[in-house]
Amino acid sequence: MVTLKINGTAHTVDVPTDMPLLWVLRDVIGLTGTKFGCGMALCGACTVHLDGRPVRSCVTPVAAATAKQITTIEAIGETPGGRKAQQAWLDLDVVQCGYCQSGQIMSAAALLATKPHPTDADIDAALGGNICRCGTYPRIRAAIKHAAGD
Amino acid sequence: MRRELSRRTFLQTGAAVGGGLLLGFTLPPLSPLSPLPPRVQNDGPFAPNAFIRIDRDGRVTLMMHKVEMGQGTYTSMPMLLAEELEVELSQVRLEHAPPNDALYAEPLFGVQETGGSTSVRGNWEPLRRAGAGARALLVAAAAQTWNVDTSSCHATGGVVIHGPTGRTLAYGALVDRAATLSLPGDVPLKHPKDWKLIGTPAKRLDSPDKVNGKAQYGIDVRLPGLKVATVAVCPVFGGKLASVDDSKAKAIPGVHQVVRLADAVAVVAEHMWAAQQGVAALDIRWDEGPNAQLTTADIVRQLDAASQKPGVVARKDGDVAQAMAGAARKIEAIYQVPFLAHATMEPVNCTVHVRPDGCDLWVGTQVPTFAQTAAAKVTGLPKDSVLVHNHLLGGGFGRRLEVDFIVRAVEIAKQVAGPVKVVWTREADIQHDMYRPYYYDRIAAGLDERGTPIAWSHRVTGSSIMARVTSELFPKTLRVMRAAGWHQLVAMVKGLDVDAVEGAAEPPYALPNIRVEYVRQEPPSIPTAFWRGVGPTHNIFVVESFIDELAAATQHDPFQYRRALLDQSPRAKGVLELAALQAGWGRALAPGSGRGISLLHAFGSYIAQVAEVSVSKQGDVRVGRVVCAVDCGTIVNPDTVKAQMESGIIFGISAALWGEITLKNGRVEQHNFNDYRVLRLPEAPVIEVHLVQSTAAPGGVGEPGTSAVMPAVANAIFAATGKRVRKLPVKDQLRPA
Repeated sequence: MVTLKINGTAHTVDVPTDMPLLWVLRDVIGLTGTKFGCGMALCGACTVHLDGRPVRSCVTPVAAATAKQITTIEAIGETPGGRKAQQAWLDLDVVQCGYCQSGQIMSAAALLATKPHPTDADIDAALGGNICRCGTYPRIRAAIKHAAGD
Repeated sequence: MRRELSRRTFLQTGAAVGGGLLLGFTLPPLSPLSPLPPRVQNDGPFAPNAFIRIDRDGRVTLMMHKVEMGQGTYTSMPMLLAEELEVELSQVRLEHAPPNDALYAEPLFGVQETGGSTSVRGNWEPLRRAGAGARALLVAAAAQTWNVDTSSCHATGGVVIHGPTGRTLAYGALVDRAATLSLPGDVPLKHPKDWKLIGTPAKRLDSPDKVNGKAQYGIDVRLPGLKVATVAVCPVFGGKLASVDDSKAKAIPGVHQVVRLADAVAVVAEHMWAAQQGVAALDIRWDEGPNAQLTTADIVRQLDAASQKPGVVARKDGDVAQAMAGAARKIEAIYQVPFLAHATMEPVNCTVHVRPDGCDLWVGTQVPTFAQTAAAKVTGLPKDSVLVHNHLLGGGFGRRLEVDFIVRAVEIAKQVAGPVKVVWTREADIQHDMYRPYYYDRIAAGLDERGTPIAWSHRVTGSSIMARVTSELFPKTLRVMRAAGWHQLVAMVKGLDVDAVEGAAEPPYALPNIRVEYVRQEPPSIPTAFWRGVGPTHNIFVVESFIDELAAATQHDPFQYRRALLDQSPRAKGVLELAALQAGWGRALAPGSGRGISLLHAFGSYIAQVAEVSVSKQGDVRVGRVVCAVDCGTIVNPDTVKAQMESGIIFGISAALWGEITLKNGRVEQHNFNDYRVLRLPEAPVIEVHLVQSTAAPGGVGEPGTSAVMPAVANAIFAATGKRVRKLPVKDQLRPA
């Protein structure tokens, strides 16, 4: 049995400790906003926060998350960085198919939380691991600047 | 329900279950089989495939088989309806027509698809006509309520107003009366100058749920008792399963069952993690079959041999042989483009529950009716007991026009008690995709003394997706082809794939003597499919690179050289000049940098692009800026057009620089995003999109941006390095020896 604190709520689940957090969230707990994209930390679609820091949940064993506060896209709007990012995404109509956007917003929210006025280089570093096949990159960059009020 | 004929669209009206007004109408079959915008059918029995419901609270619901995969169709379709219905866009909701509701269980006709950049092109008129018809009914209902003349009333913002007295009635209060009225014969559409929505950058209606995790894609389905499966498919195309020892897999906690198929093994488990571990623990022996030694080089050799024989004529003007013989100079080249995977962000997946009396599918598909047919065939169930619950698509690009993964999921589900979600890993998604074909093109031009092309010959050799799709769809094909036009049917019978030559057969340039041919050559067992357009994704690269070669060979500026050949094509000339102007064509760039231009006329749109690239000493290419001029006729949503150009350009740059599926020992050599590289945010260029205002019929915008950027980048590389890229991807071709 593993107990996880997800979006402020404790969940006790019967899963192997090496099971990736992604599949615990999606297939066991039912939080499907966190997406499966590559399974190898190559695309960032599965990004969640552990104690506010972005991690790729597809390669994070659940054992590494037990003592941490886990935040997913479903609750990121309750954080200042997440709220700003979501609003900026709406203001600039960033999304297309939308599948990668949970991960994009989680990366952007973490960036805005640590660097309220990120430079282009900061944005490259923080979002470079998140692939979007619809090519929303120019709008993601613009939305992060918009969220920062820059 | 009553049946009425409005001028070009059948409309049917009646009361909705639970109150309100229901209008049924017919949208034309939209098919990637047809590069042409479909025509509305006026004959044959009326079978509505789209519905508008207006509730007593004034809410408008548009129900149609049209899927959102990022292209903004869930916004542009309601815009067309709202414009004529005279409601706010926020009042309109779009729903997949629910296949399990008896109310909508009308026999679907033709082929309902989302693909081929056809949504706005095909629905432009019927949706506005349906909106106008509904508005006319509501106005008539208000006039009747007030006992005044209809002509003294008008509608705006979901309210009917009696002009002389200023009295108002909201649509919601009128729907029940409207449902009892007959449709007026001919309701004129609004003049473009009166449009309030069309042409405005309306916000996407699907955004809110896509930023908070609520949006439901096929892969997100949750059902009581749901199991999850993943699959190991024979790595060699055309191979079979010989034997499997599943004892270790079955010992893994959470693994329920191992399912054997002819060429695959699936592990059914409690969750994806157990299923993946189960697959990894299988001890499988494959019968690799005849392609066990196949490499990309073998396929290219076959294409090269086939390309030396004459093909089916796709275009023939003048006398190419004679003009070529009289030319002052002859230039010829071979161009090649690779197999490409779609790599949609949502790996393919399908959830299926097969029961003795029926089958449910939960899936994101561009072709719900094909999915239904395919599942009926696999299960042996009647089609009407197969229900398709369609979902948002985490990317389409043509991948979800195919039902191969749905067939496989149903084959697995047939052996499973209860619902099962079959999810492909990224590796399985890339290695068992259906690929954009490898094309091998021979192209030649004869030039006069001034360098003007007086002879043009282009032979396209490669797989015919149309031929496969046509045989799969028969007899539905006849209906589709009738909608597309008889000339395409005739061409197909002769062996021409009109899609494979789109962009080659009708270049916008003045070419008095032109001959374009198509040679069909299928790769052994490699499945091929549409890929964000097909013909244009390779033909525009070939034609626009070759035109650039002609300009360079005759010491002409590539922009001016093209421009001089466009006197007969003012829209093409217009976008070319606009792109060049906005890009600052001719202005100096840093050493190691170059500017390339391209022109496209396909999907009913005209696009010109100027790309700026820099090439490092190691031969790495960076695309820094792309300027894109678009004339897509009447623009429904300019922000959507811009977004689709940005999207297509980035998709195309990934393909031009790195995109390539290669084979060795019959196996795809690429696995995941590590070796099937796609553009990332730090690598994305600045993109500037300039729209031409036009009242011409709308053109498609989902695909052309991709086709246009590949030659723009290749031509920019030539400008930067003097090296002509005749084979994609660029990859390490520019690396110093």
